[in-house]
Amino acid sequence: MQVHQQVSEYSDAIDLMVNMGPQHPSTHGVFRLVIWVDGERIVKVEPHIGYLHRGSEKICESEQYSQIVTLFDRLDYVGNLNNELAFCLAVEKLTETVVPERAEYIRVILCELNRIASHMLFYGVYGLDAGATTPMLYGFRERERVQELFESVTGARMMHNYIRIGGVKEDVPDDFDENVLVLLDHLKRGIDECDRLLSQNEMFLARTKGVGIITGEDALDYGVTGPALRASGVIEDVRVTDPYSIYSRFDFGIPVGSNGDCWDRYYVRVEEMRESIKIVEQAISDIPNGDISAKVRRIIRPPVGEVFVRTESPRGDLGVFLVSDGSDKPYRVKVRPPSFANLQALEYMLKDTYIADAVLVLGSIDIIMGEVDR
Amino acid sequence: MKIQSPVVGFINGLMVTIRSTLRRPVTAEYPAIEKRLPLSNRYMGFPALTWDYDVEEPYCTGCMVCVRECPTQCMSAQMKDNPQHEKGLSRRRKIIESFEINLGRCILCGICVDVCNFDAIEMSHEYELSKYQRNANRVNLNQLLDMGVVYQNKLQWTPKQPQKNSGIPLPPKQSEDSS
Repeated sequence: MQVHQQVSEYSDAIDLMVNMGPQHPSTHGVFRLVIWVDGERIVKVEPHIGYLHRGSEKICESEQYSQIVTLFDRLDYVGNLNNELAFCLAVEKLTETVVPERAEYIRVILCELNRIASHMLFYGVYGLDAGATTPMLYGFRERERVQELFESVTGARMMHNYIRIGGVKEDVPDDFDENVLVLLDHLKRGIDECDRLLSQNEMFLARTKGVGIITGEDALDYGVTGPALRASGVIEDVRVTDPYSIYSRFDFGIPVGSNGDCWDRYYVRVEEMRESIKIVEQAISDIPNGDISAKVRRIIRPPVGEVFVRTESPRGDLGVFLVSDGSDKPYRVKVRPPSFANLQALEYMLKDTYIADAVLVLGSIDIIMGEVDR
Repeated sequence: MKIQSPVVGFINGLMVTIRSTLRRPVTAEYPAIEKRLPLSNRYMGFPALTWDYDVEEPYCTGCMVCVRECPTQCMSAQMKDNPQHEKGLSRRRKIIESFEINLGRCILCGICVDVCNFDAIEMSHEYELSKYQRNANRVNLNQLLDMGVVYQNKLQWTPKQPQKNSGIPLPPKQSEDSS
């Protein structure tokens, strides 16, 4: 590896290279960060990715459309249903399939619950990054309740393969409505409790306020999306600005931060969980009866063409670019993962912060390495 | 946003600790059978083959559709002529001869269940991958049927298309012609 040596501007000392990762508990996967420090200040950062590269995009080219849904589960392994939805929307746009109303509502309910589960994981892990062990247990407790519901609906806790091209796999169980309402009550109390426990804690505030600041313009330039962008004060949420599925029917707000620091990125997610609850409440109250899947052939052969679909995954703007050559397998599948783009801004955010804050800034972007490396 | 004094946050944290100390533990200790978390009815464990109690043979006819649709190619199957059919005891002309699933390779996606036309394969509630032998995760037909029987008895399983997939022989053709 090339050794970077630079003489400090304050003294004649040489910057120290510190290697963090790839096996580091706070990198949320296998992510390597090479940091050059001058004293305790970070001078330069070099992210190394590719440790979890599985060639998902290439494997997609040798699988049938219905089988690719299982691969999308494994990209962002915390927000699985949102990923499945993105791919299914792309194929439906290409084949001009009209999804039945009931399936759309089921999709939205499950995706929003998935968003809550994902943000709850972030909440727990972020507390852990900041040095507080308790939030981890509380975040995971709430997430567990959501996953129990997923298990009763989809049959799996993580790799659901539930959202299919043209609809969903099977109808929800009979007690789904009651279970969701009970879960929402529980989550509301849980979110309030989590909020009370960590958000205004002065030690947490001291660690996160004013750390890793990125301005709105710079965030846009770097291609940052999702909660990390909204924390910088930019109102951009694909569910509102470019609605997909049936999101335009629901009344919900977009939480926006003002400073673009770690605390804002954290709190935007907490508020987003509350907004997601509002969406689920509206969806569960007017979920119609009817079919759960459009008539699609078992082996799907979309017409020749290409399509790009963007959705709002828990981490940001998830895009799927799909090229079909008319056969039963896609010619090319390109995923635009939000974590990958958000990771680009890490160097900017980390510049001139203390090395002790590196873990906090990295945690606040909420990267999932399965999605970064694909 | 108001900044709390340091004491408030500390007391808030302590309150949570005290409340948690007083309640019952929720941890389920995994290996003990009676302490495992209950599985929901739809839980997708490893695929297993179902057993037709009416004619005492598997539902599977070895049509290979699950083998072809599997995203990870974890299965292989072979069919044979059904001796029971020749004796007039079963409606199935072909029957499965050997079936192997590499459970270590299976990703539990449930596609094989969706594509099966004969209600012959179901996602059982088995999920443990650790075995005592090196190749024990490559399960054969008999083991798959055993897993299926456990699943069928646990859930009182019935085929989704009982009319079409029942193995009970059809009434002889002559009666149809005469009527």
